[in-house]
Amino acid sequence: MAATNERLREPEKEPRIKRSATRSLSRLWPYVRPVRARFLTAAGVAAVASCMGLVIPLVLKWLVDGPVADREPGGVWLGGALLLGLGVAEAGLFGVRRWLVARPLAFVEASMRADLYRHLQRLPVSFHDRWASGQLLSRATTDLMLLRMFLAFPLTFLVVNGVTVLVGFAILLAQQWTLGLVLLLPAIPLIVLCSVFETRYAVVARTVQDQTGDLTTVVEEGVLGIRIVKGFGRHRSQARAFRALTGRVRSTELHKAGLLATIWALIMTLPELAIGAALVLGTVQVADGDLSAGTLVAFLSTALTLRWPVESLGFLLAMSQDAATATDRFFEVMDEPTAEQSTAEQSTAEQSTAEQSTAEQSTAGQSTAGQSTAPQRSTSRNGTLRTTPQDGLRFEGLEFRYADAPPDAPPVLAGIDLHIRSGETMALVGATGSGKTTLTALVPRLHEPTHGRITLDGRDITTLPRDELRELVAVAFEEPTLFSATAGENVLMGAAGAAEADLVRALQVAQADFVHALPQGADTQVGEQGLSLSGGQRQRLALARAVVGQPRFLVLDDPLSALDVHTEALVEAALRQVLATTTALVVAHRPSTVLLADRVALLSGGRIAAVGTHHQLLGDSAEYRSLMSGIEREEAR
Amino acid sequence: MTQTAAGTGTGTNAEEGADGAADEPRAADKPGAAPDGDPFDRDVLPAPKGATFSLLRSLLSPRRGRVWVAAVLLVLQQAAVQAGPLLVAYAIDTAVPAFRDGGHGPLIAVAVAYLGCSLASGALQYTFIRTSARISQDVLLDLRGRIFRHAQALSVDFHERYTSGRLISRATTDVESLRELLSEGLEELLGVALSGVYISVVLLYLDWGLGGAAVLSFWPLYLLVRRFQRRSMLVYRKRSTAIAAVIVKFTETMNGIRPVQAFRRERVNDADFHELNHRHERVNGDAILEMARYVVGSRLVANAAVAAIVLWGAYRVASGDLALGVLAAAALYLRRLYDPIDRLGMFLNSYQSAAASLEKIAGLLTQRPSVAEPADPKPLPPRSSELPGREVVFDCVRFAYRTGGEVLPTFDLTLPAGQTVAVVGATGAGKSTLAKLLARFYDPTSGRVLLDGVDLRELATPELRRGVVMVTQEAFLFSGTVADNIAIGRPDATRAEIEHAAKAIGAHDFIAALPDGYDTDVRKRGGRISAGQRQLVAFARALLADPSVLILDEATSSLDIPGERAVQRAMHTVLHGRTAVVIAHRLSTVEIADRVLVMADGRIVEDGSPERLIAGEGRFAALHQAWRESLV
Repeated sequence: MAATNERLREPEKEPRIKRSATRSLSRLWPYVRPVRARFLTAAGVAAVASCMGLVIPLVLKWLVDGPVADREPGGVWLGGALLLGLGVAEAGLFGVRRWLVARPLAFVEASMRADLYRHLQRLPVSFHDRWASGQLLSRATTDLMLLRMFLAFPLTFLVVNGVTVLVGFAILLAQQWTLGLVLLLPAIPLIVLCSVFETRYAVVARTVQDQTGDLTTVVEEGVLGIRIVKGFGRHRSQARAFRALTGRVRSTELHKAGLLATIWALIMTLPELAIGAALVLGTVQVADGDLSAGTLVAFLSTALTLRWPVESLGFLLAMSQDAATATDRFFEVMDEPTAEQSTAEQSTAEQSTAEQSTAEQSTAGQSTAGQSTAPQRSTSRNGTLRTTPQDGLRFEGLEFRYADAPPDAPPVLAGIDLHIRSGETMALVGATGSGKTTLTALVPRLHEPTHGRITLDGRDITTLPRDELRELVAVAFEEPTLFSATAGENVLMGAAGAAEADLVRALQVAQADFVHALPQGADTQVGEQGLSLSGGQRQRLALARAVVGQPRFLVLDDPLSALDVHTEALVEAALRQVLATTTALVVAHRPSTVLLADRVALLSGGRIAAVGTHHQLLGDSAEYRSLMSGIEREEAR
Repeated sequence: MTQTAAGTGTGTNAEEGADGAADEPRAADKPGAAPDGDPFDRDVLPAPKGATFSLLRSLLSPRRGRVWVAAVLLVLQQAAVQAGPLLVAYAIDTAVPAFRDGGHGPLIAVAVAYLGCSLASGALQYTFIRTSARISQDVLLDLRGRIFRHAQALSVDFHERYTSGRLISRATTDVESLRELLSEGLEELLGVALSGVYISVVLLYLDWGLGGAAVLSFWPLYLLVRRFQRRSMLVYRKRSTAIAAVIVKFTETMNGIRPVQAFRRERVNDADFHELNHRHERVNGDAILEMARYVVGSRLVANAAVAAIVLWGAYRVASGDLALGVLAAAALYLRRLYDPIDRLGMFLNSYQSAAASLEKIAGLLTQRPSVAEPADPKPLPPRSSELPGREVVFDCVRFAYRTGGEVLPTFDLTLPAGQTVAVVGATGAGKSTLAKLLARFYDPTSGRVLLDGVDLRELATPELRRGVVMVTQEAFLFSGTVADNIAIGRPDATRAEIEHAAKAIGAHDFIAALPDGYDTDVRKRGGRISAGQRQLVAFARALLADPSVLILDEATSSLDIPGERAVQRAMHTVLHGRTAVVIAHRLSTVEIADRVLVMADGRIVEDGSPERLIAGEGRFAALHQAWRESLV
């Protein structure tokens, strides 16, 4: 069960193309560009500060070979002052570097996060169906944090440390080239080993990430499904599955630790061996008088200073690797075309200039502020009023299949032709899984039909800007989602510019008067971060949200399922008045809901099997009879 | 909630440690929260003093031996590492003069010692990392398991009060911040402390004056670290509140993407998000600057100390009362001494955040399940008749929340074996509480619930679940295949039995139509399962469990009428003879009941056969009338 070892909830990826970390990271440039001046200055400052550290041993040498060797106590003061000055300068420069990048770093992270959020909001629902919100969230938090760390350290210090190492070795070689060469010896194998380790480490680190993700899934399910686990007494099997997974995480982590241990051992030992060799050689040379004691001290001190830049290359590369993965994960989402973009592509492909211009228009509407939509809407409304006034809602030759469905699977919806006249209410009835909910999602363009079209008052919905379309069509979903806001705000988000009176009326229609009895009435916080409401209460608020704007078209997906009989009757009575003035499509499971409608469409196996009044269908269709009354439908098969 | 793609690599993000403690905006500033401060509104549950410490001890004590080994390894490793400069001093002061006099012994000793030390430090480092990884991974394994098992053992009323998001973040983010400390921070922290001690001792050994000066320099550094810790804690706390607000907004938007798009919330959300994101940006910048301030301060002190000590040393060498080698060694040691100062700040942060996480975990683990396993479980008596049902008796049962609100006043109720009882009533009348008492999701405040004469509290879980099974409105599916999900009812069921259960409830057709039939992964491609279908799967699960008593709590709300009929049919056939308690809004369900209970304000106000109640004048008759009319 839960022990399945796949990457749950993240859509399967294309076989990963061999990517280069540099290329991935270079995609960050647009975000770094605005702050490039500060970054470059900071890198320069860091390089200077880092090289300053290399000068200190030289001062030390001067001290030892000069005043100290000459037994001239007064002379050491100058050296001391020099050391102090260098130390202060080094500290100050490092401070300046951090001060330079602090705000820009936060800025880059924030702007990437804002972009991601903005983009995600505009991705089609089919994208969100495939991706769990946790996966998206980890991109917006952990991955962006990794990128910030990358910009803060590896990006600068790969350059800075590289420069420091080069300068340092130049100094070493200049002082005593034999000893310098001895020290240089382990540097090359060290860097090679580090990069080899890097590749292997990256693989294990990714595995750990994936396994931790699986673990999180089991934890989530164990908590969310607690009533089932308890109801069936399945603690043990859950705990077993969990144990198996944690055991796997543990062994991967141990493998990772083994790799780390190896590389650290090498990093500790190799340079030490070289320094040891240099010490022995140096001692001989000092004894022979070929080398001054000050040079040896300075030499060893420099070597010590260089250890960190050399060692750090390994983990700087590791961080870069992590950052490259994070960048890929970020752009994996950013590269998905938004609903607007994919429509634009489609229309270009169809060479339809008319559609193209609307798509552009809609993108324009999207990017400019809300003000521009108002005049735009009035013109297009006038335009259509001339052609086909009050045609209602029309589905023509509609077909829909999920983009990720296997090619041989039958489409979810096929050959849907349905006309809901202006002002009419149409009930949509069908067995569980017949595609009712999918059909309703097509109207506000949450999904795009594979073939065919939908028109509102004669206008193809694909030619309408999405904002306008969604203002025309209000929806109440089967699963009523409330946001962390007040009850009133939750309702009023159904209509821009609705007033207090509209709120009261909508609550009245949905029989959601319980809102007034909440601690702060309509200003009570509800949703994730507020008061939790019962299923029936949430459903009524969602219904109020759908009707508050008195929309031209209304799509209700089983809007009364969670209500008790009494409330249901009251809501129906009030809803009837609203439906009288709108064009509505209502998904219904019960005769009582069906009776709100003027006509009924029977959806069967993804097709419209029959259209008629409730009584006509009761007479004509065995399937409808069985759906409405539960009478055996053997004869229908 | 947060599904962290954890494990971010090497020891790089200790600075971010505080983020691990992130998501606790909730409650504190929530307007709807109880004024008297329900402890469940906070992240840190009340725990006895010292719970954190005793948790830590109980995690480490089984691994006491290894912990000692690791400690010894670290001590030895640091000794080997810190020997280097001492050898330099020896080489300059002893080996050089000896070599000049033709004595090669000291030089060879230096060479051998240096070789030995560097090899030893590498080998010890290797062994230490492996040993400590073993310890920390075992601790994490243990801790994760404990949290998970404990969360599963805690009763439903706990889960209803302590939100799932918080529970999940205990088991993920909090464990994660501990993992970061264990695998990345702790070793460094100990290493820094140990090397500080070593170096100070060696410096004191080399020269009292130089050593004393170095030890003195610790004082301003200590003050700096303290100040940084204090200030950074504030700013990190602010930052985690800020990021938590961002996370909440983000998750809410993504989970509600349909209404977001359908109601054109994108631009409003952009603006709201910008606000939250910007607040985080500010405080994030503050945090980075705080770190910068610390680094500059500590570097200044360290560099000044090095300059002063070297100056003084050089002065003394020049005036002849200090050996040159000692000065060289001191200079080398001093650099090492102050080197890790920058990183110390980060590790202290990750230590703090891990401590905070551990405290929260400890608070969770000290919660006792209010529905406890029996110490001395009893078996159910053999069935009295041919029929599989069992008798249920509520004996003087009363139920009130611990906070005081009474839900069900004292009542008695007997459900004979094999009877199907429908419970109706308005929202909040106490129907679900009644069901939860019978399923032993809650225990009664007083009185007993008896199954064939045995108190539910005396039954072991497996025995209880063979007796009573509850199907709820929320039909949650676990990741895995459809067959796996049905088999939760009875894990040892064969495929034929699973299919039989699905057929009996009318779920077989839709399952067979899925891309891989019963083997379709419910979370994968093509595994789109509607709300009604999920409820059918939940029913199949209950059928397979084959209980004596079946409770359906609003379990048919998403089903269409044929689905509902199939359930009713199954209750007549497959479940025939079971005792059944059915809670439903739909009165159609009531038609199959032998008996109807009408509840209002926690009391049973009407009780009788459907026919009798319909014929009467009571609430049920009125309800039923309304329902008949709605059917037409």
